[in-house]
Amino acid sequence: MAREIPYIAAVQEAIRVEMERDPSVVFYGQDVAPSDEDPLVQAFGRERVRVSPISETAEIGMAVGLALAGYRPVVELLMAEFMLVAMNQVVNEAPRLRYMSGGQVKVPAVFKAGYGFTAGWAGQHTGSIYGMFMGFPGLKIALPSTPADAKGLMATAIRDDNPVCYLINYLLVLEHGDVPEGEYTVPFGEAAVRRSGSDVTIVATGWTVGRALAAAETLAGEGIEAEVIDPRTLNPLDTATILSSVEKTGHLVLVDQGTRHGGASAVIAAEVAEHGFTSLKAPIAQVTALDVTVPYSEPMEAFVLPNEEKIAGKVRQVLGEAPVAA
Amino acid sequence: MDADVAIGLLRTMWRIRCFEERVVQLKRSLQVHGLIHLSIGGEGVAAAVCGRLRDDDAVYSGHRAHGHAIAKGAPIDRLMAELMGRSDGVCRGLGGSMHLVDAEHGFMGATGVVGGNLPLALGTALTHHLQEADRVTVVFFGDGAVQAGHFNESINLAALWRLPVIFVCENNGFAEFTSREEHSTIERVSDVVAPYGFERTTVKGSDVPAVWEAFGGFLDAARGGEGPFLLECLTYRRRGHYEGDQQKYRDAAAEQEWAERDPVAQLTRRALDEGWIDDEAAAAIEAEAGEAIEEAVRFARESPFPEPAITAELVYAR
Repeated sequence: MAREIPYIAAVQEAIRVEMERDPSVVFYGQDVAPSDEDPLVQAFGRERVRVSPISETAEIGMAVGLALAGYRPVVELLMAEFMLVAMNQVVNEAPRLRYMSGGQVKVPAVFKAGYGFTAGWAGQHTGSIYGMFMGFPGLKIALPSTPADAKGLMATAIRDDNPVCYLINYLLVLEHGDVPEGEYTVPFGEAAVRRSGSDVTIVATGWTVGRALAAAETLAGEGIEAEVIDPRTLNPLDTATILSSVEKTGHLVLVDQGTRHGGASAVIAAEVAEHGFTSLKAPIAQVTALDVTVPYSEPMEAFVLPNEEKIAGKVRQVLGEAPVAA
Repeated sequence: MDADVAIGLLRTMWRIRCFEERVVQLKRSLQVHGLIHLSIGGEGVAAAVCGRLRDDDAVYSGHRAHGHAIAKGAPIDRLMAELMGRSDGVCRGLGGSMHLVDAEHGFMGATGVVGGNLPLALGTALTHHLQEADRVTVVFFGDGAVQAGHFNESINLAALWRLPVIFVCENNGFAEFTSREEHSTIERVSDVVAPYGFERTTVKGSDVPAVWEAFGGFLDAARGGEGPFLLECLTYRRRGHYEGDQQKYRDAAAEQEWAERDPVAQLTRRALDEGWIDDEAAAAIEAEAGEAIEEAVRFARESPFPEPAITAELVYAR
C-alpha cells in the first residue's frame, strides 16, 4: 500500500526498514539521534545508532572498515560538501579497495548527504558536486528526485555491495508523494521516464526533474511534446534509455543543478555525442548551473540556477524555434 | 620469550629480510615493476606483533607493508607474484606493493596514502565490538602519519568509543625524506596521544622481546574488548624511503649504529646466548628463508600477467 509522505520521511523509512531486515546495518553520523527518544534509537539501540563527532575522515573511513568486515554502515554526512573534508576516504579508499585487492573484499557502505540547498545557504552548503564522483570507478551515485525513489534508492544503496553516495536534494525534503509501505527497492541504473514525448528529450536530475516537467507542460501548450528522463543514478548511468529516447526525438536538452564543466550533464552529453550522434538533428544543449560558486543573495542565487524558463527556452532553441543565443 | 617463540620470530624475520633483499635485486633488474618501500632493519616489529595474532584478527598497514603481510601469514609466493605484477599475485597483480591485501589471513590492507587507512581500523574494531568477538584490530603506521588529520580523528574516535584497536607506530625517525623534528615539536608519538588517557608505551623496535612483551599486554586486554592502545616502536629504516632514494639526508654514523642494533642480529645473539639454538641452527633458519624466497621467485616468474578481461568483473561487487 502506498500513502503520501514527505521525501525526507521516505529516506528515514528506508533506513528503518533495512535495519529491521538486516542486523548488519548500522547508522551513525553527526547529530543523528541526539536523544534516546529518537525512533531509530528506540527501535535499534545505541549500539547500532550512534552519534559521531564532527570528524568526516574518521566517520567515513570507519564505514569502510565496517563494510570490509561484513557490516552495512549508513553514514549521515549532512552536506555533500562535508565529504570533501574526507576525500581520501570517499574516493581513494572506499571505491578502490575491491579492485586493488583483486576482488578479495567488498565495501557496502552508504555515504548519505544533502546537496543543492539553494535557499540562502550560500557557497559551501549548496553545491551539486556529484559530477566529480562520476570519475571514480567503484563509487555509485544515487540522486532521488521523488519520495518513492528516496525510499527505494536508499534501500538499494544499503543492499548494494559497493560504496554509494546517496545524495538528498535539500530543496525536495518536504515534497510529498506516494511511497510504498514496507520493503521497497528501486534498481540502480534504470532511468525513469517521467513524461513521454516525441519532439525532444530532456534529461534532468534531482530537483531539476520537477523544473523540467513544469517546462514540458508549458511547451505542450505550444505543441511541443518533451520526454523527460530522470536517470536516478549517475553511476551506474542508464545510457540505453537516454539513447533510445534521443533516437525517437532527435533532440536532447540536459538539465542539471551542478556546474557545466566537469558535471553530470557533460558526461551524458559525451555519451550521446559518441553513441547517438546519428540520431541527433541538432546540437545537444545544456541547462546547468553557471560555473560559479552559488551566491548568497536570493536574486543572484536564482540567476545561476536552471529554471523552467531557461529549460523551455533551450528546448525551443534546439528545435529551431528560437534564435540561438550567443 | 622462550625458545619456540624466539625461533618462530627469527624464521619470520629472515623471511621478511630475504624477501626484501631479493626485491632489491628484482627491482634493479626491472622484474619488479613500480614503487617499492622496504622495511629492512625493522622486521622485528612486524614479526613480534603479527606473531601474536590469529588469522581472524585484522591488520592494516601503510606503504611499507611487505613485512606486515608476511608476518600475518600472507603466502610469500603470491606476494612475490604481486610485486612482479602477475595474475597469481595476492591481488591478481592489480594492487602491487602499496596495496597488498590477503583477506584470508586477516591482512586487510596496505595503503599508499600515509595514515590513510587508520580510520578503517576503527570500523573493523567496531565490528568486533558489536559482535562481542575476541578479535583484535591492529593498524601499523609511521611517525609521518601522526601529524595528519586522519591520525588525530582516528585516535579521538577510538578513545571515545573505547574500540578494541591497537595502534602500532613504527617510528623510524624519518617521514619520507625528512626527520621527525622537522614535522613536530613532540618527539615521542606515545606522548602525542597522552591526553586521551588510554594505555600507551614506547619500546625499542630492535629489541624484539620487548616488542613481544609490550604488545602481548595490550593484546590480552584488547581480546577482552578493551581499547584502544598505542605501541610506539623506535626503529630504523636501513633502506631509503623508496628504492632509488639517493638518501642525501642520511647520517652515516647513525647507520653504523643501527646496523649493530639490527633486530635479526640481536635476537640471534640472544637465542645463541640462551642456548635456544646453536650456530648451525641459526644458519639453517637463514638458509631456509632464502630457499623459500627463491621458490617464490620461481612461482612468480611462471605466473602469467593478468588479462584485461578481469577488469570488468572487479570494479564493482555484484
